[in-house]
Amino acid sequence: MNIIIAGCGGVGHTLAEQLTGEGHEVTVIDSDSKNLQNVVSQFDVMGVQGNSTSYLVQMEAGIDSADLLIAVTDHDEVNMLTCLIAKKAGNCQTIARVRSPQYFTEIDYIRDELGLSMAVNPEFAAAQEISRLIQIPSALEVDTFAKGRVNLIKIRIPQGSILDRLMLADFSVKVGVEALICIVEREKEVFIPSGNFVLQAGDMIYVTMQISTLNDFLNKIGIKEKPIKKVMIAGGGTLGYYLGRILTEARMQVKIIEQNAKRCAELSELIPKAMVIHGNATDKQLMIEEDVETTDAVVAATNLDEENMLLALYVNKVSDAKVITRINRLSFEDVLTDLPIGSTVTPKDITAEYIIRYVRSMQNSYGSNVETLYRMVDNQVEALEFHVESDAKVTKATLGELKIKKNTLICCINRNKKIIRPTGRDIIMPGDSVIVVTTNRGLNGIDEILA
Amino acid sequence: MNYRILINILGWVMNFEALFLLLPCIVALVYQEPEGWYFLATAVATGLVGIGLTIKKPKNNQFHAREGFVLVALSWILISLISAIPLCVSGRIPNYIDALFEMVSGFTTTGASILPAVEELPNCMNFWRCFSNWIGGMGVIVFILTILPLTGSNANMYLMRAESPGPSFGKLVPKLKKTAMILYIMYIGLTLLQLILLLFGGLDLFDALCVSIATAGTGGFGIKNDGFSGYSSYVQIVVTVFMFLFGVNFKFYFLLIMRKFKEAFSIEEVRWYAILYALATILIAIDIFHLMGGIGESLKHSAFQVATVMTTTGFATTDFNQWPVFSQTIMVLLMFVGACAGSTGGGMKISRFIIYIKSALKEVATLLHPNSVKKIKMDGKVVDHETIRTANIYLITYILLVSASILIVSLDGFDLVTTVTSVIATFNNIGPGLGVVGPMGNYSSLSILSKLVLIFDMLVGRLEIFPMIVLFFRDTWKR
Repeated sequence: MNIIIAGCGGVGHTLAEQLTGEGHEVTVIDSDSKNLQNVVSQFDVMGVQGNSTSYLVQMEAGIDSADLLIAVTDHDEVNMLTCLIAKKAGNCQTIARVRSPQYFTEIDYIRDELGLSMAVNPEFAAAQEISRLIQIPSALEVDTFAKGRVNLIKIRIPQGSILDRLMLADFSVKVGVEALICIVEREKEVFIPSGNFVLQAGDMIYVTMQISTLNDFLNKIGIKEKPIKKVMIAGGGTLGYYLGRILTEARMQVKIIEQNAKRCAELSELIPKAMVIHGNATDKQLMIEEDVETTDAVVAATNLDEENMLLALYVNKVSDAKVITRINRLSFEDVLTDLPIGSTVTPKDITAEYIIRYVRSMQNSYGSNVETLYRMVDNQVEALEFHVESDAKVTKATLGELKIKKNTLICCINRNKKIIRPTGRDIIMPGDSVIVVTTNRGLNGIDEILA
Repeated sequence: MNYRILINILGWVMNFEALFLLLPCIVALVYQEPEGWYFLATAVATGLVGIGLTIKKPKNNQFHAREGFVLVALSWILISLISAIPLCVSGRIPNYIDALFEMVSGFTTTGASILPAVEELPNCMNFWRCFSNWIGGMGVIVFILTILPLTGSNANMYLMRAESPGPSFGKLVPKLKKTAMILYIMYIGLTLLQLILLLFGGLDLFDALCVSIATAGTGGFGIKNDGFSGYSSYVQIVVTVFMFLFGVNFKFYFLLIMRKFKEAFSIEEVRWYAILYALATILIAIDIFHLMGGIGESLKHSAFQVATVMTTTGFATTDFNQWPVFSQTIMVLLMFVGACAGSTGGGMKISRFIIYIKSALKEVATLLHPNSVKKIKMDGKVVDHETIRTANIYLITYILLVSASILIVSLDGFDLVTTVTSVIATFNNIGPGLGVVGPMGNYSSLSILSKLVLIFDMLVGRLEIFPMIVLFFRDTWKR
């Protein structure tokens, strides 16, 4: 597809990388020549320098033949205007990043009136992800499918667990919970395990299951969940605000620490139920004063990656609270996973995931559609949810008879709100939605799982 | 330096060269020439080594600007080294350095020859010489990029940037591979058009083919001892037009095809190219009027020679050694200027000169109004400082290398005109110079040392200096 990206900041950069990697023809627009050079010299894209709201600049970037325009400049207004003009100048779909809380409350109106195909809000999406992590404290990652009915959860197998030295074929006999282990990560290696795979304590596993069976499962494998009541959020920016609102609505005690006095006043006005504290989150004395040691969860969400990491390391040392660290631009994933900074959340990656999911389902004209897409383990594995249409090839035989690509696993079938754990005798039916985990990246349709 | 990937891609280059080498075999088959066996043997040997090198995919795909430069330079050297083997082993050009000179001259589209009588060569070798012009014109790596699925899109980009001439590198469409493909399609299209027009002019297929491909690459290898003077006026005019066309920035044609006529004709470089061409043609036509005896004849020769020098092709319809000094001087100056960036021509490129002249004018303006702020623009866009700086450095390095080369060649003891123009004509990938190396002469009388220096100059000129220069720095080769 022909895709134009307006804005070469963090998200624009990530999108350029991933979309060219998936074989799209990408043109980027940015008014800053340094930013533009940076992207153009790294990826196979064409660069156009200029203001993306200008009709002439858009024409130069080839808006008349573009299929999609993604506006991710730093300013919401510019993004919206860019999309509006693109809609009139070309015949393309548009995606805008809108991050200001004010616009976001009226986003449905904006989307309809501007003809946007999608509006993404990185901070809000990140806040949602963090709140999911807080609700399941033992999980390092939580992704949801089937409109929230199915969870994909990443956990570490504790010492002495029933799962230690368990062969997967014996899983349902020994554990007896409806759950499926679909990815195992062991010392930087990733496996999509088959029946004869043997688990070890210390493995990171990704498990799909229904929400209702979650507690059962965790109990069985020897993880004690204690529900989180007290949350401390360091950094009262947009992300902190969204998170504070979501958590107070879930009746948790929220403490927000913010450096800027004016912003503190704003926050206390916006989220009256939260306790807003004026101060620096890397001030040790302040943190002790505010009982960091007895807090259940700490979210390090300031704008500085380094500050977030330091805070996370500190909290990890003084308490056993769940720690979630926001990372904006550091790209040393392999080092970050080794550090005890808990779960990391990167808003720009989440945004890119959202957009790429949209691009894939746009591109797909046959059989099925990508409904959800998550990327895991440093983008090595993808978990996708497909909606199955009536003419899909996978509906023609039982799963046992279908020849499915290597390293690809069908985790569950969602039929009429019922979750089915598939066996070889099951058949995928039109109208189902199917969740697939695979290391074959770039699947666009359900039929592409066939070898 | 990622040696593994370097060797892997060089293996691919060898595979492609093996395929190229099969083409003269076909010619040899048609004309029943025994020399075809030498090409076949070289092709098989090259192919075997190439396959051996490419069989294992490198694990480490790290590819940066450094690898790009080195790979492009090494590819061109390797291709020339291999392609000279059949010429040398068959005994047609017994000295390997001579054969290498001939092939480097071919691939860099210089067209300087060490052969006094090309007609004595078998057809397959003449075809091979002309074909090297064609493939070298648009670029070997560009050709490979259109076909080879290189892993990691970064590699493609660094390679193409290192190979394509001109002060800044612009793509036609977002995807590099597609850009390369479009370039080659336009290139093949124009070449075929010329071929058909030449066939109408009564040339036989082989002649027409060789002339077309040598013109398309703005190479300038001829297959006749007397150059172009033996061909009919029609053929000479067709070749003049096509030399001019191949010297135009290919972006111009792309915009025409996309029906963006206004943008196409507003490319400053193309406009200046046309103006300069017309001006030089008229001045020379007036200057040589008394030699030719007729306005038509003098215009025809002038147009042909200006085109051949400006596009750095290097054909000749007449011996311009006999022309007045004024005309000769214009020719030598045009040798420096060269054709448009993004064309198949060589030289310093019109766009660089536009930048130089505009910078000079800006300098004067800032002297008169010290506080004035002025940006240099081209095609309505600001030329960023980095581009200007690289263009300036390019000029300085160019002068240094040309001067050093002249100094070394002067050891041969030829007259000053021969010495200087031999370097200029090879560095700018033109071919014939003046004096001993003039259009009716050749480079055979130069010493081995001079030939080596000129081989280096041709490669440096074609690859725009820096890819070749980095080979000489120890830092480049560190792991």
